[in-house]
Amino acid sequence: MYIALIFIWLFFTVRTEGTFITTRNLSNLSRQVSILSILATGMTLVIITGNIDLSIGSLMGMIGGICGVLQVWYSWGTLPVIIVAILCGALIGLLNGYLISFIKIPSFVVTLGGLLMFRGALIAINRGITISPMAESFKFIGQAYLPEELGYLLSIGLILIFDLIFVKSRNFNIKYNFKIEPLSKFVLKLVLYDTLIIIFVLIMNMYRGIPIPVIIMLIIIGIFTFISQKTKFGRYIYAVGGNYEAAFYSGINVKFIILYVIVLMGILSSIAGIMLTARLNAATVSAGMNMELDAIAATIIGGTSFSGGIGSIPGAILGALIMSSLDNGMSLLNMNVYWQYIIKGIVLILAVWFDIYYKKE
Amino acid sequence: MDNIIEIKNLTKVFPGVVALDNVNINIKKGEIYSLCGENGAGKSTLIKILSGIYPKSTYNGYILLNGDKIEFKNNKDAETAGIVTIYQELSLVQELNIAENIFLNNEPSNKFGVIDQNKLFKKTQKLLDQVGVNNNLSEKIADLSSSKKQLIEIAKALSKNGKILILDEPTSALTDKETEILMSILKKLKKKGITCIYISHKLSEVLQISDRITVLRDGKLVGTKVSKETNFKELTKMMIGREINKVYQKEKHSILETVLKVKDFCVYNEKGKKIVKNVTFEAKKGEIVGFYGLIGAGRTELLSGIFGAYPNRISGDVYIRGKKVQIKNPRDALREGIFLLSEDKKKYGLFMDNTLQFNITISSLNKIIQNFVISKDKEIMYCNKMVNTLSIKTPLLSTYIKNLSGGNQQKVIFAKSLMVEPSIFFLDDPTIGIDVGAKREIYSLIKEIAKSGATVVLITSELNEIIGMSDRVITMYEGEIRGDEKIELTNRKSILNKIFGGD
Repeated sequence: MYIALIFIWLFFTVRTEGTFITTRNLSNLSRQVSILSILATGMTLVIITGNIDLSIGSLMGMIGGICGVLQVWYSWGTLPVIIVAILCGALIGLLNGYLISFIKIPSFVVTLGGLLMFRGALIAINRGITISPMAESFKFIGQAYLPEELGYLLSIGLILIFDLIFVKSRNFNIKYNFKIEPLSKFVLKLVLYDTLIIIFVLIMNMYRGIPIPVIIMLIIIGIFTFISQKTKFGRYIYAVGGNYEAAFYSGINVKFIILYVIVLMGILSSIAGIMLTARLNAATVSAGMNMELDAIAATIIGGTSFSGGIGSIPGAILGALIMSSLDNGMSLLNMNVYWQYIIKGIVLILAVWFDIYYKKE
Repeated sequence: MDNIIEIKNLTKVFPGVVALDNVNINIKKGEIYSLCGENGAGKSTLIKILSGIYPKSTYNGYILLNGDKIEFKNNKDAETAGIVTIYQELSLVQELNIAENIFLNNEPSNKFGVIDQNKLFKKTQKLLDQVGVNNNLSEKIADLSSSKKQLIEIAKALSKNGKILILDEPTSALTDKETEILMSILKKLKKKGITCIYISHKLSEVLQISDRITVLRDGKLVGTKVSKETNFKELTKMMIGREINKVYQKEKHSILETVLKVKDFCVYNEKGKKIVKNVTFEAKKGEIVGFYGLIGAGRTELLSGIFGAYPNRISGDVYIRGKKVQIKNPRDALREGIFLLSEDKKKYGLFMDNTLQFNITISSLNKIIQNFVISKDKEIMYCNKMVNTLSIKTPLLSTYIKNLSGGNQQKVIFAKSLMVEPSIFFLDDPTIGIDVGAKREIYSLIKEIAKSGATVVLITSELNEIIGMSDRVITMYEGEIRGDEKIELTNRKSILNKIFGGD
């Protein structure tokens, strides 16, 4: 998949005669990918439990609508708007989760219903029009940049965290005589990651700095990767998706695990909704349309299995990067919308095909 | 008799393992030929080669069928050639009826693909007569007993004009009585010139049914014996390379106070019918209580009911050390110190796509949590301890469960239970589908568990196992307890009588 991404980037760079890798476009791409990554993070957990959430695109839009109405029409401050928006997302997640986990309506059905209902609700809330402009403090979430110095500081922090995690895991493997890669390869890998981080920050700073959405994304990815890999709750998510019955027999509170995951998905969708509204500086009727499909595609490209129990958040982020790069590059090329859909569809199927082939080998 | 199958210098290598090492076998036409060996001896690999699942290009050596070299590309090729395999896991579609199942993907139809119902039922009836099943053809598979399902599988194989039937553990889900029916059918088929290749862990069964027996060990052929000229002891010795004197080592252990008391326990099926009827029993500290009965007598439902895992209505009281407890789900049960090892380990016990350590620790993550984070150090420490005490054969702790053998998978579930440190173990057929060597280890493990002061409630379908293991045996018939006796005070005949509804 890394190779696919590099290939996609090279292709667009050549075809757009370099426009694709201008700092401005990369900054733009990074903001696009932030929102999708956050959705894909939640979607990964949902699909690992063996469920699906089709309602997140509409939910995002509706949350955006709520933000717009509260801020523009009722002049609420940014902080209360955000709090209410996230609470709404959590509440809807709770309702979805209750129907899925306790009433046992298939998640496909519940969230397909949500997809329709929330889109309808959005049009009702917005009265069918675009609401704008948002307050400066609200726009900050989607449009602002981190000052240059803070960006560098962040890169140092990231490098330290990354290296520490890698060294720790290597030491751990040495301690228990597990298989390790040769030291030279290991160091090379670290240097490569560190360089990538530095290059990223340099490019961002050459434009206007690291976008705030990227920061939000990094925090969310960090927290959720940690939860899924290191905590009891994370283990239980995999267990429930891997074998629901065995998880039940193992004494896991299976219903609540699924409920919590759907609630988290609701919260992440509302965060994505807030970010999108902030970036567009408007709450539109079509906001978030088809985003659920992009998020599912990113998750699947990232290696998460539809049968549940298998998947990882970093994989989904890579998937999100591929999907966003395609979107971004094809828009730059002024490709027809129909081509954009067709190509994204083909890439999704090819990715899974490749994955199946690779696993067989 | 002519050789119908000749296997020459067959070698099959998996990454890191030689599954079959230069094996030469001749199988005669019309004989019942058994393959024996511990898990991992190479039986399954051999079958998979014969049935075309591992195509020609993946192994060395060759196989002659009626003197001709065979080169199967897939399972379908093998079936066309007349080699039909009946697998351990039944391949019937539960929601379809008998006739539909037998001719699945082989339906008699006209040129437009419309199924000829008349022909379908006529043909099915003929096959059912052959295997001695007298059920209505339109009955759903889901409503049939395990033995009937097994016979339907055989009928299905015959429908494909099978000349050679491969039966992989056909009796693992059958009671002794049902096994006998199966045996007599196989003997009938033999008279009709059908060759059977029979794989089973149950040696007594193998000795009884087969003409010749071949033993494999670690992928190598140990030897082939004529059944009449060999015995249980010799075969086990061949299989494990040493002699087993006593499979069950009876030990006196001290039985003290009552730990579990179940009173007037009832379990109802989804239609509201009572399938466990007012069951009352006790189990003491350090005691092994065996439950014996036919499949469907309600033993499994009783234990899963007490454990809080039964999906439908239950009633009755459960006391642990004199205190009444409310168990609504397995979480409550584990908290009260009850662990259930289910008879269907794939469905209720294991996470196949996860690692060994994931499976061992999943019920007791609290023990390896430090500051809300799973401590890998502690996890590995515990798992290593378990792997050593139970001698689980695995390359790594991070090996996926699906890559372990059946016996080792079962040991992983035992490891999981030991991690929980329950005071009451419910073991529902813990040795089902496991080879003699692993069985012996599991028997001594169960004894060990009881000796350490835990209470064991054991269900098994093998009478020898019940008699060899239990301190007390409780017999069940149609949801009721028919007998509850110390093992010294009863005998085989009396137990068998009770499970069939006698006095």
